[in-house]
Amino acid sequence: MCKNTTILAIETSCDETSVSVVSNGRNILSNIISSQIDVHKKFGGVVPEVASRKHLESINQVLDSALEEAKVTFEDLDAIAVTCGPGLVGALLIGLSTAKAIAYSKNIPLIGVNHIEGHIAANYIEHKQLEPPFVCLVASGGHSHIVNVLSYEKYEIMGQTRDDAAGEAFDKIARAMGLGYPGGPLIDKIATDGNPDAIDFPRAYLEEGSYDFSFSGIKSSVLNYLNSKKMKEEEIIVADVAASFQESVVEVLAAKLVKAAQAKQSKYAALAGGVAANKRLRQVLKERGEAAGIEVLYPSPVLCTDNAAMIGCAAYYKYISGRTSDLKLNAIPNLTIGDVRI
Amino acid sequence: MLKLLSNSADETFKIGQKLGTLLQRGSLICLSGDLGAGKTAFTKGIGKGLEIEEHVTSPTYTIINEYEGRIPLYHFDVYRLESVEEMYELGYEEYFYGDGSIVVEWADNVKEIIPNERLWITILKTKDDDSREIILEPTGEIYSNIVKELENSEYISD
Repeated sequence: MCKNTTILAIETSCDETSVSVVSNGRNILSNIISSQIDVHKKFGGVVPEVASRKHLESINQVLDSALEEAKVTFEDLDAIAVTCGPGLVGALLIGLSTAKAIAYSKNIPLIGVNHIEGHIAANYIEHKQLEPPFVCLVASGGHSHIVNVLSYEKYEIMGQTRDDAAGEAFDKIARAMGLGYPGGPLIDKIATDGNPDAIDFPRAYLEEGSYDFSFSGIKSSVLNYLNSKKMKEEEIIVADVAASFQESVVEVLAAKLVKAAQAKQSKYAALAGGVAANKRLRQVLKERGEAAGIEVLYPSPVLCTDNAAMIGCAAYYKYISGRTSDLKLNAIPNLTIGDVRI
Repeated sequence: MLKLLSNSADETFKIGQKLGTLLQRGSLICLSGDLGAGKTAFTKGIGKGLEIEEHVTSPTYTIINEYEGRIPLYHFDVYRLESVEEMYELGYEEYFYGDGSIVVEWADNVKEIIPNERLWITILKTKDDDSREIILEPTGEIYSNIVKELENSEYISD
């Protein structure tokens, strides 16, 4: 029998401090996420300095829990994986220094992982049949990309946002309506009580054939709507605004992803990133995918948000092909998909 | 001080673009304005004026985006920052006193560390949904000259 490959993965690129132990890439032994949401709620967004300080405070505890739950010790590990970008530099460095310390003291390989490639890999964990190539939409607070996943290591960016990320639009609109943070789940929830056709917000499809996104127009149009209602002292039906706004974002995301999958003759259209947890997006995509004969896949909500299991999964495929990093590995805040710097 | 009226996001972009052609290494542009006022649209224009080919996107989550153009552009968005200490932590001095031009969105949030010499630009929403009032307030000779140049430019005089 072949020996199992056990990888410990660390993710600290933004809100969450997370440590996971993953066996053979797709089997999660533990996935501990210490969410910092409570701290950020008060500020209405991620505050970088707070983020790095909180990561530092919780990393050791999260690490211990991950090892304990997985019932492994440092001696059982074959490699250490860590997110090295994109993200907030101070936050990334906490994970990186922890990972390097373990790799160095246990003399095992260190594997730097691209956070966005990690999001895509979350799909491998829950869909054992899934293998590249396939087309994936990665949408979160900081990213909106349509990616053609050519192999475990090769990616082609088909489209990306030209201004705001999809999740950022959700956060900013939620803030403007006084809903709080994080905006995505709150709008998702309130929208279920609203009428998605109540207000006709614009859909930005951009020029024919483009897989790029633009969400700043819809953001402005919702803000203008709220503003004009306030000026006229008319009642704002928050649920309707949330549902209509959400619909205009979801429709564009779903239409472009299905089109991209068709263009690449992909059997699958996968979703990843925090916005992939949006219930309306999942529903619309399922319908559109079915109509187009494309199977739509997405991870469960816990694997859509930032977590270390997805990093461990992505790292496994780098490990088996010998693509490890050295101890000079640094944080790269503006890392892009398929970036050759790591 | 110069006040300009922009009738659309496209015009805002074009004013930014003209400004971008006038920027030098070390130029500092501070942007104020509400959510959706057009700060990122304006910065996209600056990017075009600096001959940057990439899409200039909102750095709200990343705080700093870097672009290569005629000279580098360091695009800050300090919307999510709560105090100037966070700017020190981000190593802002290396950018401010570096080899590129700098745009800071939501600059009011970090007023204390903004150098005296800069061009402060406020984008105000008007009653009409699409039009904006753009107020340019230069401090120092370099920035006064930039604003004069902008005032005399063909685009503005039409």
